[in-house]
Amino acid sequence: MEFIHEHLLTLITFIPLVGAALVAILPRDQERLIKWVSFLISLIPFGLSLVLWANFQPDAAGFQFEEHLVWFPQVGSSYHVGIDGISLVMVLLTTLLTPLALLISFSIKENVRSYFALFLMLEMGMLGVFVALDLLIFFLFWEIGLVPMYFLINRWGSEKGERVLWGQFKVPARTYAAFKFMLYTMFGSLGLFLAIQVIGLTAGTFDIVRLREFWPTFTGSLFGLPITVIKTIGFWAFTIAFAIKVPIWPFHTWLPDAHTEAPTAGSMILAGVLLKLGAYGFLRLVLPLFPAQAAQFAWVLALLGLGAAIFGGLAALGQDDFKRLVAYSSVGHMGFVVLGIAVAAWALGLDGPARDLFRTDVALATNGAVLQMFNHGITAAAMFALVGVVYERAHTRNLKEFGGLGVVVPAYGGILLFCTMASLGLPGLNGFVSEFMVFRGAWPIFTLVTALATLGLVFTAAYLLWTIQKVLLGPLNPRWEGMKEINAREAIALAPLMVLMFVIGVWPSWLIELFNAAVLRLIG
Amino acid sequence: MTIRQLLEILTVLIPLPPFLAFAFIVLFFNRWKRLSHSIAIGAMALSFLMAQIVFWTVIGWGGEALYEHPIAVQVPWLPSGDEVLSMGVMVDPLTAITLFFVSITCLAIFIYSVGYMHGDPRYSRFFAYISLFATGMLGLTVADNLLMLFIFWEIMGLCSYLLIGFWFEKPSAYRAAIKAFLTTRIGDVIMLLGIAYLYSQTGTLSFAAILRDEAVLHELAVTPSVISGLSVAAAVGLLLFAGTVGKSAQFPLHVWLPDAMEGPTPVSAMIHAATMVSAGVYMVVRMFPLLAVGMEGAVGTPPMVAMAIIGSFTAFFAATIAVAQDDIKRVLAYSTISQLAYMVAALGIGAYVAAAFHLVTHAFFKALLFLGSGSVIIGAHHEQDMMEMGGLRKRMPVTFWTFLIGGFALSGFPILTAGFWSKDEILAYAWHLNPVVFWVLAAGALLTAFYTMRQICLTFLGEPRGEHAEHAHETPWVMTGPLVVLALFALFFGFVGVPEEFPVLGELIGYNWFHHFVGATVGELLHHLPGPESFNPVPLAISVVAALGGLTLGWLVYGRRPLKAGETDPLARWLGPVHTVLKNKYYIDELYHFVFIRPTVWLAGAVFRWFDRGLIDGILHGIARLGEILGIANRWVHTYVIDGGVVDGSAKVVGATGRELRQVLQTGQVQHYLLQVLMFLCAFALLYILFF
Repeated sequence: MEFIHEHLLTLITFIPLVGAALVAILPRDQERLIKWVSFLISLIPFGLSLVLWANFQPDAAGFQFEEHLVWFPQVGSSYHVGIDGISLVMVLLTTLLTPLALLISFSIKENVRSYFALFLMLEMGMLGVFVALDLLIFFLFWEIGLVPMYFLINRWGSEKGERVLWGQFKVPARTYAAFKFMLYTMFGSLGLFLAIQVIGLTAGTFDIVRLREFWPTFTGSLFGLPITVIKTIGFWAFTIAFAIKVPIWPFHTWLPDAHTEAPTAGSMILAGVLLKLGAYGFLRLVLPLFPAQAAQFAWVLALLGLGAAIFGGLAALGQDDFKRLVAYSSVGHMGFVVLGIAVAAWALGLDGPARDLFRTDVALATNGAVLQMFNHGITAAAMFALVGVVYERAHTRNLKEFGGLGVVVPAYGGILLFCTMASLGLPGLNGFVSEFMVFRGAWPIFTLVTALATLGLVFTAAYLLWTIQKVLLGPLNPRWEGMKEINAREAIALAPLMVLMFVIGVWPSWLIELFNAAVLRLIG
Repeated sequence: MTIRQLLEILTVLIPLPPFLAFAFIVLFFNRWKRLSHSIAIGAMALSFLMAQIVFWTVIGWGGEALYEHPIAVQVPWLPSGDEVLSMGVMVDPLTAITLFFVSITCLAIFIYSVGYMHGDPRYSRFFAYISLFATGMLGLTVADNLLMLFIFWEIMGLCSYLLIGFWFEKPSAYRAAIKAFLTTRIGDVIMLLGIAYLYSQTGTLSFAAILRDEAVLHELAVTPSVISGLSVAAAVGLLLFAGTVGKSAQFPLHVWLPDAMEGPTPVSAMIHAATMVSAGVYMVVRMFPLLAVGMEGAVGTPPMVAMAIIGSFTAFFAATIAVAQDDIKRVLAYSTISQLAYMVAALGIGAYVAAAFHLVTHAFFKALLFLGSGSVIIGAHHEQDMMEMGGLRKRMPVTFWTFLIGGFALSGFPILTAGFWSKDEILAYAWHLNPVVFWVLAAGALLTAFYTMRQICLTFLGEPRGEHAEHAHETPWVMTGPLVVLALFALFFGFVGVPEEFPVLGELIGYNWFHHFVGATVGELLHHLPGPESFNPVPLAISVVAALGGLTLGWLVYGRRPLKAGETDPLARWLGPVHTVLKNKYYIDELYHFVFIRPTVWLAGAVFRWFDRGLIDGILHGIARLGEILGIANRWVHTYVIDGGVVDGSAKVVGATGRELRQVLQTGQVQHYLLQVLMFLCAFALLYILFF
C-alpha cells in the first residue's frame, strides 16, 4: 500500500501502458476478452485517481504527490511529476472519460486488439502531460499522445467522405483529417520544442518548478539578442503550440475534420481531453513562465476568444452534419476558456493595489476557465457519444435526413435533450456555472469583448435547438420507424456524465474548491 | 423549533415536491398515466399547502414586521478566490403574495390538465414538464438573489420550450417552441450581462444586500458606468429590463408569445398567467429599488423612462392587434402582452404597488380566461377559430359564465371585478404623474374592453357558425371546477386593494391591505414615491368610460346582431387594409425574418464555407502545396542534379578511372606487378621519412 501511495502518479500514468502491452499479447480473435480487459484495466487509473482525490490537500502550497527520479542528468532533465488542483481535475477527467469511451468502443469490429491497445496508450500520453513537472517530460508525453490518435482517426475513422485537395486530388476524409491533425500539431510542437531547448539550456534545468522561479526573472541577453526579444519569441512559440491544440480560433480548422472523422470514442477523447491539453499548457507553462508577455498580449487572447465564441457558433449554425456541428460547438465553448485565460494573463501585469482590486474578478474568470475545461470535457464527450449512438443506427449524420426520432427513441431523445441543454449553458446544469463565472470575471476587464461574446450564447442556443428539432422533432421520417432505442451499455456510459452535469450545475463548490487555491497561486 | 425556523424550512421545501415529481415521472413512472398525474398533483398540492402556510402566517405578522425581519436562509454556493457567493431563500411581502397566487393558479391548472390532456399519448410527460415548470416559478419566487432567480428563470424558459413544442410532430409547434426559447434568450443574455455588471460592482447579488442598503444603492447611482451619461444603477437597470422585455413579451421581443399558443391550453395558462410572463414583471418589481434609485420627484431614472415608453407603447400596440385576431387563444395572447405592458408602464412611472397589484389580479383572471378558452376548445372538439363558434352560451353554461367574469375583469368592469381595481390604480397614478402614459393606457383600456366583448360575443352568443360548435358540450368537472375557483378570485380579489379614499367603498372597507402589505417590501422608499395625494374622480371617470364604452361598442358591433355563418367580420369591412395589417401583426414576424434570421443563416454558411474552408483551410492547403512543390523540386534536384549529376557522376568518374587504370596496371605480367610493389614501398618509405 505504501508503494502505491508513494508512486500514485506514476502508477496512474503508466498502468494504461502496461494495459496496452497486455492487450497487445492477447489472442487476436478473443474480441470480447480484449474489450473487457481493456475496460477493466482503464478502471484502475480511475480508482487510483479517486484515491488521489481523497488524499489531495486543496489548500496545501506547491505540488503534491511529487516523484523525482534521475532520468537525463546530462541535460538537466529528470523524471519529475506532481499535481496541483488544476492538474488533479484534469487527471480525474481523463481517467473518468477513458473507461466510458472504451465502453462506447465495444461496438468496434475491426482490428479490435490494436484499437484498444492504442487507446490505452493514448490515455498514458494525456495523463503524462497533466502530471509532468519537467519540460522535456511534458513534451515527450505531448508528442506520444499524437501517435495513437493519428492511427485511431486514420484506421477506425468514418469510412465515407472525401476531401478534394488543391482542386484535383481526392483524399479519403479520414486520411485527410488524420494528416491535418498530425501535421498541424507537429507544426506547433516545432516551435514549442525549440523554445523548450532555449529555456532549458539557458537555465541548465528543465524542471518546471525551478523554471517558474528562474525564467521570468532572468535578465541579460542570449545569442546577442536582448532577453525580452527572446522571451517574446518564446511566448509566441508556446502560445501557438497550445493555441493549435485548444484550438484557439483561427487555428481551429483541424478540429472539425478530426472530430468528425474520428471514431466515436476518439471524438469523445479528442473533445473531452485532448483539447484541454492546450488550455492546460497555458495555465501550467505560458502564464507562469512568461507573465510579462502574457499580460502584454492578453488582449489578443481575449479577442481570439471572442472570435471563437462568435465564429465558432456561426460555423456550427451552418452545418448539416450532426457530428461536425458538435465539433464546432467545441470551438465556441473553448472560446470561453480562452477568455478566462486572457483575464488571468491580463492580471499578471498588475501589481500592488490594482491586483488586489481586481483579485475577485480574476479569480472568478480563471476558476471559470478551469471549470469550463472540465465541464466541456464531460458535455462534449457525452454529445459525441450521442452522435455515435444515432450514427450506428442510421449510418448517416446528415441532419436533414433525420426528423421525428423523439417518437421512436424517446429515451435517447430525453438524454440528448439533457446533454444539449448542458451544452447550451442552461442554468441548473454545469455549463452555466462556468460560463457565468467567466462572464462575470471578464466583465470589468474586457467589457466590450464580454458583451459581444453573449452573441455566442445566442448562436449556441440557436444551433443546438435547431439540431434538436432536426433530429427529434417534426413528423417522423418513415426510414427510421424501426430504429432501436439506446441500449444499456450506451446508457451506462452516459449516465455518469449526466449525473456530473446535474451535480456540478446544482452544487459546483466541491469541484471549484479543488482548484481554487491553485488558481489563486497562479494569478498571484 | 420556533415558528420562524419552521417557516424557513417550509420555504426551502416549497419548490422541491414538483421537482421530485418531475424526476420520478421522467425516470420511473412514464408508463403509468394515473400514477403520473397523481404524483404531479399531489406534489403541487404539497407545495400549495406549504406556500399557503407561509403566506397566512406572515400575513399575521404584517408587512412592516416582515420587512424588518424577512424569512431568510443561506448556504455558500460558489467559492472563488477569497469570496463566496451564497444561495438562499427569502420571504418578504412581495414573495409572500407571489407565492399565494402562483400556488393557487398552478394547482388549478394541474387539476384542470387531467381533463384537458385526457387521452394524450404523452400524458405522463406532460405532467412531468408542468411540474418542472412549477418548480421554476416557485424557486424563482423564493430566490433571495439575482443569480438564483436567473437559474429558475431559465429553467422556466426550458419548460416553455418543451411545452409549447409538446406536440412536436407539428411543424408549427416546434417552430413556436424554438422561437420562444430563442427570443427570450436574447433578452436573457443581456440580463445576464446586467447580473454580471451588478455583481462585479457590488460584490454580491443578494436582494437584501443590494436593495435594502441605502449606501450600496447610492453608490450605484453616483458611479458612472461604462456607457457615458448613465450611472451604474441605470445601466444595470436597463440591462436587467431587457430580460423582462424578453420574458414578459414586450415590444420588440413580443413575437414569441402569440405563437406560444401552439402548446396545450393549460400550458398557455401556465405561461401567460401563473408563471413565465409573470416572472418577467416580478423581476422588475423585485428590482424596483435599484431601478428607481436616483429618481427625483416625478422624474424617472433612465430605466424607468424606458419602461414607461415601452410599457405604454406595447399596451396600446398589442391591443390593436388583438382586435383583429380570430383565434380564441391568440386574442388572449395579445391581451396578455398588453396587460403586462400596463404593469411595466406602471413601474416606469413609479406606481410600484399598482404594478404588483395588477400582476396578481391579472394572474387570476388570465388563468381563468385561458382555462376557459381551453374548455371551449375541448367542448367544441378542438375548434379554435372564433368565426366557427357562436352559440356556446347554452351548450357550455359554466364555461360561459366564468369566461364572462374573466372577460369583464380583463376589461376592468367597474367595482365588481378585480381587474378594475388594479387597472384603475395604475391609471390614477398615470393621471397624476404622466399624462401621455395615461392617455395611451386609457386608449388601450378602451380597446381591451372592445376586443374582449368581441371575443365573448363571437364565441358564446348567437347561433353556431360551425359544425363543431353545433355539437359542443360542457366539459367535465375537473375542468369547470378550477374555472369556478378562479372566477371567485377574479371577482373578489380586488377588494383587498381598494384605496382608502375611494368614495363609499373605501370607507366601508377602511384599509387598503394590499398597499400596506406589499408596499412594505420596499420599506422607506414607498413614502418617497410620487403619487396622488387625494382621490381624484377624473381618471376614475375616464377609466370607467373606457371600460364600459369599450364593452358597449363591442356589444353594438358583435352582440346586438350576432354574426351569421360565412359572414365577414364587420371590422374588416370598415377598416379595410388597416385590418389586414393588424391581422398580420404589423408584419413584424416577416420583418424579423428578413432582417435577422435570414442574414444570420446566410452568414453562418458563409463563415463555414468561405472563412473556415476557403480562407483558413486555403492557407493551410497552400502551405501544404508549397511543401509538396518543394518536395517535387527536391526530388528533381535529387534525381537529376545530385543523383544524376554528382552521385552518378562521381561514380562514373571512379568507374572510368578504374577502367583506365586497369588497362595500365593490370597487364598480367608478374614483373609489372613486382615493379608496382616496389614503387609503392619506395613511396611509403619516402612518406615515412618525410613526415615522421
